[in-house]
Amino acid sequence: MTLLWIPLLTLLGVLVPVFTERYGRGVLSLATATLPAVALALTLLQIPTLLEGDIPRVSLAWLPELGLDLAFRLDGLSLLFALLILGIGLLIILYAAFYLSAEEASGRFFAYLMLFMTAMVGIVMADNLLLLWLFWELTSLSSFLLIGFWSHSSEARKGARMAMTVTGAGGLALLAGLLLLGDMVGSFDLGVVLESGDAIRADSRYPLMLVLVLLGAFTKSAQFPFQFWLPHAMSAPTPVSAYLHSATMVKAGIFLMARLHPAIGDTALWGWIVTLTGMATFLYGAWFALIKTDLKAILAFSTVSHLGLITVLLGVGSPMAILAALFHIINHATFKGSLFMSAGIIDHETGTRELSKLGGLRKAMPVTAVLVSLAAAAMAGVPLLNGFLSKEMFFTELLDTPLLGGLGWLLPTLATLGGILSVAYSLRLVHAVFFKPAKESPPKSPHEPPHLMRLPVELLVTVCVLVGIIPAVLATGLLDLATRAVLGEALEFHLAIWHGFNVPLLMSVLALAIGILVYAMHSHIRRLARQFAPVDARRSFEQGTQTLVAATQAITLRLENGSLQRYMSLLLGASLLLATLGLLDLPTLAGDKPSQPLDGVLILGAALLIFGAVGTAVTHRYRLISLLMLSVVGLLVSLTFARFSAPDLALTQLSVEVVTMILLMLALFFLPQKTPRESTAKRNIRDLLLAGSLGMVVASLNYAVLTRDMSSIAHFFMENSIPGGGGHNVVNVILVDFRGFDTLGEITVLALAGLAIFKLLNRLRLFMPHSDGEGRLWSPDRYPMILTSVSQALLPLALLVSAFIFLRGHNQPGGGFIAGLIAAVALILVYMARGVEWAQSRLDFQYQPVAIAGVAVATLTGLGSWAFGRPFLTSAFGHFHLPILGDFELATAMLFDLGVFLAVVGATLMILANLGKLTTPHRPSKEPATTTPGKEKKS
Amino acid sequence: MEPLMAVVIGVIYSAAIYMMLRRSIVKLVIGLMLLSNGANLLIFTSAGLTRGAPPLIPEGLSAPLGDVADPLPQALVLTAIVIAFGVLSFAVVLIRRAYEIVRADDLDKMKDTDT
Repeated sequence: MTLLWIPLLTLLGVLVPVFTERYGRGVLSLATATLPAVALALTLLQIPTLLEGDIPRVSLAWLPELGLDLAFRLDGLSLLFALLILGIGLLIILYAAFYLSAEEASGRFFAYLMLFMTAMVGIVMADNLLLLWLFWELTSLSSFLLIGFWSHSSEARKGARMAMTVTGAGGLALLAGLLLLGDMVGSFDLGVVLESGDAIRADSRYPLMLVLVLLGAFTKSAQFPFQFWLPHAMSAPTPVSAYLHSATMVKAGIFLMARLHPAIGDTALWGWIVTLTGMATFLYGAWFALIKTDLKAILAFSTVSHLGLITVLLGVGSPMAILAALFHIINHATFKGSLFMSAGIIDHETGTRELSKLGGLRKAMPVTAVLVSLAAAAMAGVPLLNGFLSKEMFFTELLDTPLLGGLGWLLPTLATLGGILSVAYSLRLVHAVFFKPAKESPPKSPHEPPHLMRLPVELLVTVCVLVGIIPAVLATGLLDLATRAVLGEALEFHLAIWHGFNVPLLMSVLALAIGILVYAMHSHIRRLARQFAPVDARRSFEQGTQTLVAATQAITLRLENGSLQRYMSLLLGASLLLATLGLLDLPTLAGDKPSQPLDGVLILGAALLIFGAVGTAVTHRYRLISLLMLSVVGLLVSLTFARFSAPDLALTQLSVEVVTMILLMLALFFLPQKTPRESTAKRNIRDLLLAGSLGMVVASLNYAVLTRDMSSIAHFFMENSIPGGGGHNVVNVILVDFRGFDTLGEITVLALAGLAIFKLLNRLRLFMPHSDGEGRLWSPDRYPMILTSVSQALLPLALLVSAFIFLRGHNQPGGGFIAGLIAAVALILVYMARGVEWAQSRLDFQYQPVAIAGVAVATLTGLGSWAFGRPFLTSAFGHFHLPILGDFELATAMLFDLGVFLAVVGATLMILANLGKLTTPHRPSKEPATTTPGKEKKS
Repeated sequence: MEPLMAVVIGVIYSAAIYMMLRRSIVKLVIGLMLLSNGANLLIFTSAGLTRGAPPLIPEGLSAPLGDVADPLPQALVLTAIVIAFGVLSFAVVLIRRAYEIVRADDLDKMKDTDT
């Protein structure tokens, strides 16, 4: 469990700066540093376990269905990176405390930094591919916040956006790749994946997976051709550049390649893609580092170049090459981190990072000059510094690799060329800043920074020197553990500064000598570079983005012009197309099931249905008649249900038909009275065509289904209805028992609709219009006498019928839905006969609680089964004997059905009574001219 | 009988879609109701047309006698009928509120008036 604390501590660290910011910069940075320091100590405490050959792992199930576990491991590779992340992170916190100016939101900055640190620690320690990906995305997000920290600057915003887009897109590719990988292995567990290398390499999907994963790694690690975001991310505050863009985040891609190397590496495809990409990056970065004039840009391009170098080594993939790659990761983090921080110091002290404005700083900042010179020498690969050792190993491995066959000399040659460029830009960095006399004086007069600000640089440079002199003592242990994690076995190696006179040494000497020459001819090179028009990556990126946005907007506007009709016709057209394609696949429309005979009643019914449907559409200009036609259809549908053995449906449809008609009558009253101008003839034809062809397709589909035999799962319900649900009416048993959960959802929706309507109509009052849209006066006779008398007599009868239907529902047609609707209709009838006021004064209760109580009763019935250790909504039933009444059955399903009943009654009345209440009882003869309906509310 | 049923359902669908494509929101509501009738019939008939054999188990038996109608689509359609009512009423009120705010009955004009 100790392992879990390492990422957890850094995560908790996100909160620390937020709470300690008010106590001043000193307390803030100290408090922020505490938790990562503890995490670092915890990491170090794991080393003895690692040395014994064990790998500490911890795993908690998170979403096991998806294969996502909260699993962490700390093998040698994780250890190496975790030490870099936490160690350099601590130095950065110290440095940033001095770097940020007093008025900047340092609390926010440190919180982002800790979030980023958590994400990085998560990546390197994740023991599950999906978890790794989650942290990977978190680094993209947190680095976006960090790069864009100076959000007032447009450079920073654009740089952050570009980094986010590129790495985010890579992250998506990586996700696809990892999902493929997990699918090939059958597990997302890293341990399993790493052991399935042979199966993965043999899989036919290997090339696709490899390309996707490498896309993720290359975008993150700024490999050619995705390198362009990194120099622009330098608009971030320098501590961020030092941390994210030299030591950690850009190494995430490298880490991923090293991590997955046992599983997906070691193939020709891997070798080609990775080595050549790395080599291109190495040279590209080195060239631009030589001709840029901004201090941070030079460092950014040199970082790109060194990332390329490490990538080449991983592509070569021999054990010694892996060792060299890991070694160079450490070395690069130390010398580049210190160089970035020094660049920040110089910027801080002089107010500029332009080489042309700097120069001769040796006198003003002697200590910094020494430190920078040492770090730059390490970068150039000067002997006795750590960079020399790993670069030497790089040359050696390129001489040995069989990758390019007969063209094998090409790689070492290119590597030497890159080495020459490295020497030249390193030399230029030091010489131009500290030694060459300044052309112009910098904005501020420079002096040495506070000692604590320089301390991180000093520490890192000390590491560079010590590792360079006694590598065997300092680096062997860590590298041994890390290579063991990548290679799966211990590697015999010996780090030494002197290997005798050999070809790699010759290459190093050549690189140094020619590099100095190249720098001497630097003005010629600058002139040569000026011949080529500079490619501003940011501008082309912005242009690309804007073109994309404009294009998508154009498409959206074309599709979405605000007309509901248009959306509907597009949607309908699409479904028409899909259904037609499906029909084309059928060999014949009619199946082999024989047709059933027709009789007169059926033909009459069908004729009436068609009459009703067509009539609704034809009479659409006369809304009331159209509505009456619609009710014909509803009634006939109800009869159809009765005819074809569905008594429950017939009863439901009949009662819903009544409430729907009342609803639509009300709607006619309060929806706009005037009809908008007619559609054009062209549109009419389009609509007719669309409606007609969809009708034909639906009819064909229906016919095709009706004439084919099909197997149904109905027999399960039939067989288990009595033993499992204790009911003879299978439909009702399905509703309240087998699919009770669905029903619960449905009454919840109904109750919600009622509540939403209640809220929407809240405080809305309509004035009853004097006349209808065409000027006819409304009838003053509001409550017809006969209806008034009949309804009063009907109410108790109807409620009795409702109770009867409810009680018998489990065994005979009926049940909560139907009974609820009947009760609602009976109550609505009273409203209609006597008016809202009269009814309201007598039915003196709110309907909202009824509907809510209904849903609650149903839910509690379901929960009740938990008390007996059964799953949600398990039903129980038994038979009881009462004197006089005789045998009868009680089932929990009955209670559930009661909930359904209450919900239906409550919701229906809530809807209709609320709509009915809209009109004010005292209607004015005319609408007041100043307040039109609805305008009393703000709109 | 099957071709007749198919034609009836097709006609209901056509009429419903035509109504829904009109510009008036009242017609949209009527079309919506008609469509839900058509859809219910379509789902109901997809289990086949059985006459005179409702899915009830006679008293004293544990399974129905002979072939009876499929209870599953019936249960689905039953809830669909009730839900259709809930959705329709919600749609009506929502439309009313939209009308109140944008003061446009014409579905083509709703976008131009949004703020």
